[in-house]
Formats: sequence, C-alpha cells, structure tokens
Amino acid sequence: MTGNLLEVHNLVKHFERPRSLARRLLGEPRSVVHALNGVSLFVRRGETLGLIGESGCGKSTLGRAILRLVEPSSGKTVFDGVDLSQISPAEMMRMRARLQIVFQDPYASLNPRKSIREIVSLPLKLHGDGSDGENRKQVENILLRVGFRDDQFDLYPHQFSGGQRQRIGIARALVSHPQLVICDEPVSALDVSIKAQIIELLAELKAEFGLTYIFVSHDIATVGHLADRIAVMYMGEIVEIGSTHDIINHPQHPYTKALLSAVPRLVAGARQARQVLAGDLPSPLAPPTGCKFHTRCPKAEPSCVGTTQQLKPVLSGLSQWVACSLSEGAHV
Amino acid sequence: MQVSQPASATERQQPILSIRGLCTEFATPAGVLRAVQDLSLDVMPGECVGIVGESGSGKSVSFASVMGLIKPPGRVAAGEIVFAGMDLRKLSTQDMRAVRGKRMAMTMQDALTALNPSMTVEQQLLEVILAHDEDIVQSARWGKNAKAYKRAVEMLELVGIPSAAKRLRDYPHQFSGGMRQRIMIAIALACKPDLLIADEPTTALDVTIQAQVLELIGSLRRELGMSMVLITHDLSVVAEQCDRVVVMYAGQVVESGPTSEIIGQALHPYTRGLLAATPRVEDLAMPVRPIAGTVPSLINFPRQCHFYSRCQQRADACLSEIALSEPDVWRQVRCIRSEKERCA
Repeated sequence: MTGNLLEVHNLVKHFERPRSLARRLLGEPRSVVHALNGVSLFVRRGETLGLIGESGCGKSTLGRAILRLVEPSSGKTVFDGVDLSQISPAEMMRMRARLQIVFQDPYASLNPRKSIREIVSLPLKLHGDGSDGENRKQVENILLRVGFRDDQFDLYPHQFSGGQRQRIGIARALVSHPQLVICDEPVSALDVSIKAQIIELLAELKAEFGLTYIFVSHDIATVGHLADRIAVMYMGEIVEIGSTHDIINHPQHPYTKALLSAVPRLVAGARQARQVLAGDLPSPLAPPTGCKFHTRCPKAEPSCVGTTQQLKPVLSGLSQWVACSLSEGAHV
Repeated sequence: MQVSQPASATERQQPILSIRGLCTEFATPAGVLRAVQDLSLDVMPGECVGIVGESGSGKSVSFASVMGLIKPPGRVAAGEIVFAGMDLRKLSTQDMRAVRGKRMAMTMQDALTALNPSMTVEQQLLEVILAHDEDIVQSARWGKNAKAYKRAVEMLELVGIPSAAKRLRDYPHQFSGGMRQRIMIAIALACKPDLLIADEPTTALDVTIQAQVLELIGSLRRELGMSMVLITHDLSVVAEQCDRVVVMYAGQVVESGPTSEIIGQALHPYTRGLLAATPRVEDLAMPVRPIAGTVPSLINFPRQCHFYSRCQQRADACLSEIALSEPDVWRQVRCIRSEKERCA
C-alpha cells in the first residue's frame, strides 16, 4: 500500500442538466449525465498511468475529479495517505501544490493579460512559503528548465507558439514541486515535431523531479510511449487496466481491441484488417444497461445486456484486469 | 471497347491535376510572406497523393490556390495549374465556378466552421446539387427539387448517416464531429467530382471515428474511381491511405515519392525527422526523437535551405538555394546531401 501515491475508490460524478422551474413543476424527470460510474484505480509512486478512451468517455472528468476541480458526487480519493474527499476547501487548496494539472488547450488555459513570469509565479504566491526572492529564483529556474531564454520572461502568452505555451503550462504545474501531475491531453493540439519535443521534456522532468504522472490522452501511440500502465475508459468506467505492454500487445476487452485496431500504423501498405467500430458513443444521458459497450460490441451476446461487468484479473498476469466476461483470457 | 483500349491507356498517363511552379504569396505589414514556393506536382487519375508537413508548411494554401480560393492580401503569383486539360488560372470566374464543387471538390479541416451554422444540412446539400448536377439542372422545372432532394438523401446515406431523411432537416451543430466531417464529405462528393482534396479530414477526430472516416473515403474513392489529395500532418494516416507522398516544409516540397519508399528510405533530413518524431504503437521500443526548433517565418526568408536552422547535418553549402533533384524515377528530394549520397 505504501507504494501507492494515489488511490481512487469508486469515484462517481453525475452532472445534472439544469431544468427550469416550470419544467420541474411539470414533473419533467431529472436528466443526469453519468460522467464517472464508480472508477477505482491506484497510481504507484513514480509511475505514469495512461488514461485512454474516446472523447466523452470521462477521462478528463476523472483527472479533474481527482483534483476536485469538479466535485465528485461520491467516492473516495486518497492521496499520499490523505483522504481528499474529507478535507476542507482551504486544505484542498494547500494540497494542490502537490497535485498539479497541465491542460490541453495552451491558448485557453493561460491568462492573456499576464506575463509568463506572472503566470508561473502564481502557484508559488498561493502555495509557497518562500520569500519573494526565493520564489523569483524558483520561477526563473523552472522557466529556464522548460526552455525559455531569460529575455523572454516578461513576454505575454500570445507572443509564443502552441508548443511554447504548453511549456508555460508545464512550468506553472511544476513550479510548486508537486508529486503528482495530471497531464490532460497536453500534446493533442501540437504538431508532430513539437509534440515529440514536449513528450521528451515531460519524460526528462519526470526523472529529474521524481514525478508521478496521470497522462490523459486519446492518442494511443503517445500514451504507449510514456505510460507504464494504461487504463482504458468507456462511458465513465474503466473497462481494462494493465501494463502498457499487456494492453497494447495483448488487449482483452473488445473495446480495447477495437480502439487499438483503429490506430493507423506507420507501415506502408500494411493495411491491417481493421475492426471499425460502428456508430458513435451512446448518449451519456441514457447509458445502455448491463455492459455499456454492448451496443457497439462485435461479440455482444444477449447476456451482456443484463449483466453489469466488473473488473476481474486476467489469469496471464495479475496486473491486467478486464471488465468483460467474454474476453479470451481465463479469469481467476 | 477493344478499340478504345489504347486510347484510354494513354489517357491514364495524363495527370488529372498538374501543378507547375506554383507560387502563392501574402502581403503582410512586415513584408511579403511566400507561403508556397515553386510547387510542382501531378495527380494521376485514381491516385491518392498525401501531402505531409507541419502547420505553416504551405500544404493547405497550395490547394486553396488550386481551388481558386486565395483572396487578397494573398495572391497566386506564378505557376500553372492544369486540371483535366484546363488551365485553371486562365479560366473566368464563371468557368472556375463550374469546375469548383463539380469536377474538383475540397473538404475543410474544421467542419464546424466550414459548414454554414444558419442553414440546415438539406439546404447546404441542395445548394451544391442544384448548382452543379447536370441531370438535375437540365430537368424540368418542377421535378427539380424533388429529384435534388432524393439525391441529397442518397448522399447522406452514402456517407453512413443513420435516418438520413430525418437528419437532413438538422443544423450542423446538432451533429457530432465525425458526423459533421461526413456531411462535408457528402457535400464534396454530391456531384461525383474527379478530384477530391481532403484537408486534414480526421485531425480533430477520435481514432475510432478517424478509422470510420478514412475507411469511408477509401471505399468511396475505389467505387467512384476518384483521384484524391489527402492533406495531413499524420504520416501514419498517409502510410495507410496514399499511393504517393509529397513532404512539404516551409513552403517548399522537400521530398516526394511512393509511400513505401518515403517511409522505408526517406532521403531528406526533415522527412527522417518527422518519421522519428512519430510515436508508433507497433513499436513501443522505438524512441520518439523530436526535431529541435520550429518552422521559420517565411517573411523575407533568405535564399537557402529552409530546413537549415533545424537540420542536424547542415553544411555551408546549404546556405545557397537548393534545387529539387530527382535521384530516381518518381522520386524527388531537395537536399545537397542525399544527392551526394546517391551519387557516391
């Protein structure tokens, strides 16, 4: 247990769609978006956990619910022995120095009216206990480390390219010396060569600062390169979790298989027999009953409609867990 | 049929689209931005050509030039664009309208901004069909709309939108990202064009939806015998879809050739850099190596190798203008080094 930096138990987040008073009086039923349906996982100290899935599967909500940027409906998050769901907002605020996040959109997540020095020093103003001089030094060190020159510190976000803005976001996340950094699609908006630069930077910083990452992305190839373990999410649930090697090379869940077969390979002419998933995600307002994937699953059987699937270990290795009773791996 | 065989065989050798020496510039307060510099390429009938490069490499501007979509302060400064025997730059606005949308169509990267938010999908599809579809344009006045409507339903069904007739009455915002991309493809294909230019058709989409859209484009291309230009920054997408690849960097073609050769034996350092920077699911052990630096600004850019500032193998000779050489049939590269390596 001591090896786990973060444990998430049965985390649930339901967003209720607002109804007008009239509609409420008329007795229109509540419409609830089931963003997270009882997610449990752990993150070991020093590892990178990848979270993959299609848009709308709840992977970003999970990251935000862990940080309590969205308040979970129920469930428990234990970070380094502290139950985050029990502490006061003020304590949570202090805690956020140790849990940080890098956002997807490097345009929307930086205040356009502040210089990058001001942006990066804000976490220290909020959380730090050093003197102004120490803080200043720390901010300059991290900005230099992520690749800015000292004559750029007083420029504004719009004066930088997308890749550089993402570096600002990374510097802001790391300046307060966090232990856990949630990277929410940090490279999705970037070009190939810049994406590779950021991937390299994140890997270097992890080794240097002894960080633990939760890396949220729909880009499976990138996650495959960065993560030690991968959790696959579908409609607010984890359908499969295991080591990167197992998930990429021996996926068990039909959804993981379909997701992987959809990734284009950089091999000329080698067009694999692709298993194209029909249709889009079902509406999260009215999720399917039983296994939520049965509406798109190529292997669905009548029994899948009625039974909710639980994560069970795959026999081949206790590290890989899958929520499908039809998967080939024998269960314990 | 037998007699016409040789004729059609020679016809196959004629490219459907032939671009020679295309230059497109934009006047900016800081100076002239030469976005496309001396671009030449051919697209053969039935062929799928991939155009690869980072943002700012000039891929989209090149084909916006082909479509005649460049507006001031931009202009096509030089070059010849021959499509199906017509020199597009010499066509009148009216003649160009007859080609655009009918014989040559383009889908834009961002379907939400490319579609008109205040018109239903039906109106947008009918607009194209009523303007271009010969059968329908020439048919009797009062059967026209019904025919066009039928065609619109067919098109939506073709791109796999469920309950097409009902969904025609919806507005773009009522569709998901993948659906909107399909609608744009339906509009582009409504008049069965000879050439489809798809600008980043899957960039904003999830892998599963990307697979659906690529599968759709691929099968439609085979069915309709259409030629295609696929603009993307994702080499993996090109690897699976395209016969030939043209790599662009900072306004110039830096390398082109058959897909397997570009991916297997890239000659230009930029192409090799792109390949090394692409994470591969099929080979997780292969390290992802970035290309240092960023694409330079093309305003008042000196006459030298455009990749110079980022190249690992640069030499003094790279500071002069580098011509495109042809080390092989079908193969072009703009680098002094690869030429030497080939000659040696």
